[in-house]
Amino acid sequence: MFGLISAQLAFFLSLGAFLAGAAGSLVFWKNNKAANLWSNILAIIGSLFGLVASLSVILTGAVFSYAISSGSPLMDISLDVDRLAAFFIFVISLIALLASVYGIEYVKHFYKKYNIGALGFFYNTFILGMLLVVAAHNAIFFLVAWEIMSLASYFLVIFENKEKENVRAGSLYFVMTHVGTAFILLSFLLLYSFTGSFDFSVIKANIANVPPLIQSVIFLLALAGFGTKAGIIPLHVWLPSAHPAAPTHVSALMSGVMIKTGIYMFIRIFLDIMPGGPLWWGELVLVIGAVSSLLGVLYALTEHDIKRLLAYHSIENIGIILLGLGSAMFFFAQGMKTLAILGLVAALFHTLNHAIFKALLFLGAGSVIAKTHTRNMEEYGGLIRLMPATAFFFLIGSMAISALPPFNGFFSEWLTFQSLFSGLATAGISMRWVLIFGAGALAFTGGLAAACFVKAFGATFLARPRSEEAKHATESGTLMLVGMGVLAALTLIVGFFAGWVAQIISSIVNGLSAFKKVDVPFVADSSAFHLQSGFAQVSMLIILLSLVGVSVLVFLAVKIFTKDRKIKIARTWDCGTELGPRMEITATGFSRSIITIFQGILKPTKQTSIEYRDAEMRYFQKANIVKLEVADVYGAYLYQPLQDFLTRIANYFKKIQSGNVNAYVLYIFLILIILLLILTV
Amino acid sequence: MLKMYSKILSTPKTVIDPANFKLDQDVEVVGKKIEEKVKKLFRGSLAIREVDAGSTNACEQELTALSNCYYDVERFGVHFVASPRHADMLMVTGSVSRNMKEALVRSYEATPDPKIVVAVGDDAIDGGIFKGSYAVLDGVKNVIPVDFEIPGDPPSPKVILSYLLKILETLDK
Amino acid sequence: MSLIILSLQLILVPVLSPLFVGLIRKAKARLQNRQGASVFQPYRDLLKLFNKDEVISQDASWVFRFAPYIIFTVTIIIGAIIPLVTTIFSNSGLSDFLVVVYLIALGTFFLALSGMDVGNAFGGFGSSREMTLAALTEGGLIFSLLFLALAAHTTDLFGIAQAVSNLPLSFIVPIILAFAAFIIAMLAETARFPFDNPATHLELTMVHEAMILEYSGKRLALIEWAAFNKLLIFMALGANLFFPWGIAFGTGLIEIVAAFLAFFLKVALLCLFIAVLESSIAKFRYFRLPDLLFISFILSIIAISLIL
Repeated sequence: MFGLISAQLAFFLSLGAFLAGAAGSLVFWKNNKAANLWSNILAIIGSLFGLVASLSVILTGAVFSYAISSGSPLMDISLDVDRLAAFFIFVISLIALLASVYGIEYVKHFYKKYNIGALGFFYNTFILGMLLVVAAHNAIFFLVAWEIMSLASYFLVIFENKEKENVRAGSLYFVMTHVGTAFILLSFLLLYSFTGSFDFSVIKANIANVPPLIQSVIFLLALAGFGTKAGIIPLHVWLPSAHPAAPTHVSALMSGVMIKTGIYMFIRIFLDIMPGGPLWWGELVLVIGAVSSLLGVLYALTEHDIKRLLAYHSIENIGIILLGLGSAMFFFAQGMKTLAILGLVAALFHTLNHAIFKALLFLGAGSVIAKTHTRNMEEYGGLIRLMPATAFFFLIGSMAISALPPFNGFFSEWLTFQSLFSGLATAGISMRWVLIFGAGALAFTGGLAAACFVKAFGATFLARPRSEEAKHATESGTLMLVGMGVLAALTLIVGFFAGWVAQIISSIVNGLSAFKKVDVPFVADSSAFHLQSGFAQVSMLIILLSLVGVSVLVFLAVKIFTKDRKIKIARTWDCGTELGPRMEITATGFSRSIITIFQGILKPTKQTSIEYRDAEMRYFQKANIVKLEVADVYGAYLYQPLQDFLTRIANYFKKIQSGNVNAYVLYIFLILIILLLILTV
Repeated sequence: MLKMYSKILSTPKTVIDPANFKLDQDVEVVGKKIEEKVKKLFRGSLAIREVDAGSTNACEQELTALSNCYYDVERFGVHFVASPRHADMLMVTGSVSRNMKEALVRSYEATPDPKIVVAVGDDAIDGGIFKGSYAVLDGVKNVIPVDFEIPGDPPSPKVILSYLLKILETLDK
Repeated sequence: MSLIILSLQLILVPVLSPLFVGLIRKAKARLQNRQGASVFQPYRDLLKLFNKDEVISQDASWVFRFAPYIIFTVTIIIGAIIPLVTTIFSNSGLSDFLVVVYLIALGTFFLALSGMDVGNAFGGFGSSREMTLAALTEGGLIFSLLFLALAAHTTDLFGIAQAVSNLPLSFIVPIILAFAAFIIAMLAETARFPFDNPATHLELTMVHEAMILEYSGKRLALIEWAAFNKLLIFMALGANLFFPWGIAFGTGLIEIVAAFLAFFLKVALLCLFIAVLESSIAKFRYFRLPDLLFISFILSIIAISLIL
């Protein structure tokens, strides 16, 4: 199949399809239906070509590069798709494909209210930007592609601009992503000043020219810059407002794929361009990963808006990916390249898995929101009877994200655990604590994520409806179900073939020059996945077969043994009183215990305001409003002081702008004198 | 802590021998005939749910005493459960007050088949000392079908246990 | 021969677990100066429940109907892949302690979902409490088993049993620390004191029982049996992983019989310990439990740092 069309041609066809999709949506500005179909179908075509291109590069090693230089550096196009970039192109294309299939039906909900042509234009530009970001090989071109991606996603975030909170979320996202871009720009400029070029290969070749202190500065700048995009704590403040604001298939792309471009650049810079970093780089990334995963899942537990909950889970999973990446950098710094491959494979596998199940969960949430017109989980309930297929796919997504066997999430968390455990077994005393902290964070995160998804699935789909809207919901459209169903099947398939996929990912890692010819630390044969050190092994095949086989056996045995028993349907045991919708557990009530236990970290607040029937006597209450919130720690302790500081400095410098033209002429004169003095000396 | 263990080990046995619980007369089946499958089923293990349908709590105290170290109903395979869904036998006490009628009916419907209903105490059998009052419905049999009755106001734990064992014997025949 | 042993392991846990639960109840009854039901009473309870009809709530969905099968299946699978009498299955890729922990989490996940499915007031908060405790227990449980894996240089449970029985005596202190951490995690996962009272009728104090209040008939029997299985699985892990002396290394008949007797004895001792514990202390207030679970986590970290 790959002989028919070369990887390079397929990639360019895919880029072309997205360009055409964007342009065509502008042409069909007036016609909603045509714009919808045109943009999504061309996105599907582009994704298919992207899949072909990436699979061709990964499976047959046909890496390619392409460069056009023009006069000015800003117009240079420089692409280099090696196996790592192809992996990310694969992830982008896969999720874009399924999000577009879902989108064809989902976008119909926006027909009368917003302009579909604009949506199609920005959607295709967004995916185009992401593809160019992972393929870029020149720092300037990279920044251009990064900017395209950020701007397009900003417009998508504020697409539903009639809601004020969406516009506010968009502004926060805009500012944060440009702060990140500033850090990235600084790091690239530092690299340029020491190696003399913006091209990644040239930088890599001359990296020895950069002194170690500057390398660490570049590391910190890149960590901050790409970390803002990835959503590490404490740079995550834009994520929980921006991801829910966008239309759902875009949220799936943003959460599943866009934040992974930050991870891509982490791998590119920390393990490909500047691979010789000291130990504390890996330890810092590990600590950030552990903290992000724990705090992400704890904040997710406080949410009752279903899309914000999923956005916080993205932060948690980025933390898990960083745990794998951090352990890879950690081993690499000690020269243990084989174990570093283990960590890197765990990080990349979790990237793929998270993209699949987060997209699945977002698409499911979008279907529910489209039918019930609210994002508040407290108003759902009983939807499993009205939307059975959506509920089933959401359940599979919940099981995958809680790392339950036999789905794919379990295997990537298992791999991350194994890389941390291998580190524990070989590390020195001072480094052990970081690994124990990471492993402990991962252990607690797994359990808390399962708790959060019991809450999310249970409050949304189970028991009885809690509002009128939930009583009248209907099943989602066919294309939406197809999008979700394929993703659900993928969680199971990737879980089943996990060993084989891990081996492919290890070949991708071997493609990086720092890991060339390094032994892979595991073996995946047809039935089991073994670590070479003999420390651990797992067999996803046996797990799946035994789960299915034994449950069928138990079901049949019980059925045969109890075939004379009858089942009567009656009302729920309610102790003799009527059960109203207020008596079911609410999403807020479910997580109240955990919030109370972790109140030192989460700082929950409770405000009550009571309205009395007689304001003077204050005996009988008319209304009692209780607001349960989580204090905005990052705003209060990090961003607000920063903002105050910057405002103070700006106010200080405002004194120069006196408004007096004579003063300005004086400034020009003074500067001229100084420049003349400097230039002559 | 050690003082507690030494007390446990030094306290003499107080469990009353089952021979004391032989009932002289046969216990009769009130209401319709017990189905065949109920017999032989509950001899080994019986789960009881106690429903208080407006009683004076006297019968409840006696029923609670059944689980203490003198009468120890658990050694006969009988235990009390927390939900009517888990129960085989409903022990209803109290003449059914109007407010508890609906709750009693729902408890009965929530219990899976095969089930037995036992009315414990004179109040539950026919209203007892409250018979004829405007607030009660004069006995459980006016609300749900009753299978056995245990008379007494309240019946002592010895009487309850004797009747219970006799009921189990009757079911086993 | 190994196939015979594997199939025996499949049925050993479900067959024996009601016996050990009966033993715990009998011991508790004796400590309360009563006579108590016979040790075989749980078998009669299960048999009776299988012979009863069911009443299912009209609000329940297919999650409620299928959860008991999944919960029971998980305990059977785990029972087959843990070392009970012999360690001949090491290096077969069957068992890994993370697989065991996450399979248990799978069962808990579905139990919590079924508790929420019926929409009554108790099931919801039972699920909330159960998931909170399960989330906090994972740390102590994974780390106490990690201690064993690091001491034995393998995560395969059979391999751990084999290696721990060959460890020098200097390991006894860390093993006891990790065992204490494991016991705390075991009490939390199997809903015994001080985390939960399995015999309570007060819904406000229930954790595990609250989620199963709505089940009846054969589904209730499956869930109760699965709870018994889970208790035996944890006790078997505690007995055979931390103190594996007596376990058979091959498949000789005398060896297997001796290993079976040793297993029985060790688990019976653990049952007595649980019975004495439940008669000595009261159930803790719910918000004291996370402190206990963090203690379990810290104990296993101390044990790990003692051997590394």
